[in-house]
Amino acid sequence: MAFTVQIQTQDFDLSHEVAMLRAAQPAVGAVCTFIGTVRDRNEGDPVSSLELEHYPGMTERSIQGMMAEAAERFDILGARVIHRVGLMQPLDQIVLVAVTSAHRGESFQACEFLMDYLKTQAPFWKKEATPVGHRWVDARVSDDKALARWGIEAHNARSS
Amino acid sequence: MKITLRYFASVREQMAQSQEQVDTSATTLDGLRQELIARGEPYAQALGLGKAIRMAMNQKVCDGDAALLPDAEVAFFPPVTGG
Repeated sequence: MAFTVQIQTQDFDLSHEVAMLRAAQPAVGAVCTFIGTVRDRNEGDPVSSLELEHYPGMTERSIQGMMAEAAERFDILGARVIHRVGLMQPLDQIVLVAVTSAHRGESFQACEFLMDYLKTQAPFWKKEATPVGHRWVDARVSDDKALARWGIEAHNARSS
Repeated sequence: MKITLRYFASVREQMAQSQEQVDTSATTLDGLRQELIARGEPYAQALGLGKAIRMAMNQKVCDGDAALLPDAEVAFFPPVTGG
């Protein structure tokens, strides 16, 4: 089954993406999906819009690597990652991770693993518009800790 | 050797460009970064030691002691914040 990644400016449709991932795959007995959306607040300030930048080429390659790692660790049948870039507003969808497996446990775990990995390793950067101006979003130590639960050391948020 | 430099996010803004070609005698990524800082502004401010800068070579994240490869594409960027 397919392990695919797509970087795009346009929105995505969850039902359509899941249908594509499951199509003609009768071995699938579980689908787990995660959608990240734009919040209207961050670090205590209202956020009116979010601009996402990425490193074309490296982004796709790094996420393909994460999906290969997920397939090594978990008994999954397929995965689909979509990440939007460009200008977005609160309520908009940013990222989709969908994973299929025969039984639920593997797809639940692989879905969370992929998101934890993506947060600290995929080359995306967010800039948010607030009443005090535009600012780049800071990386979070808690995201490095989330990846550490899977036995992967990350230092994305370290200060030097 | 000639290499391509790419800058992203806040580093791109401070450099006021996203890409350039440079000729370098550095042998590692840290050596390259120090050579660039020694050029003065805007490199010194954008890449200054002590700043949280991540590096990738040929689109793969690398540590500073990684050997610089001929014709490499080296990227400098801040910690990532996707998802």
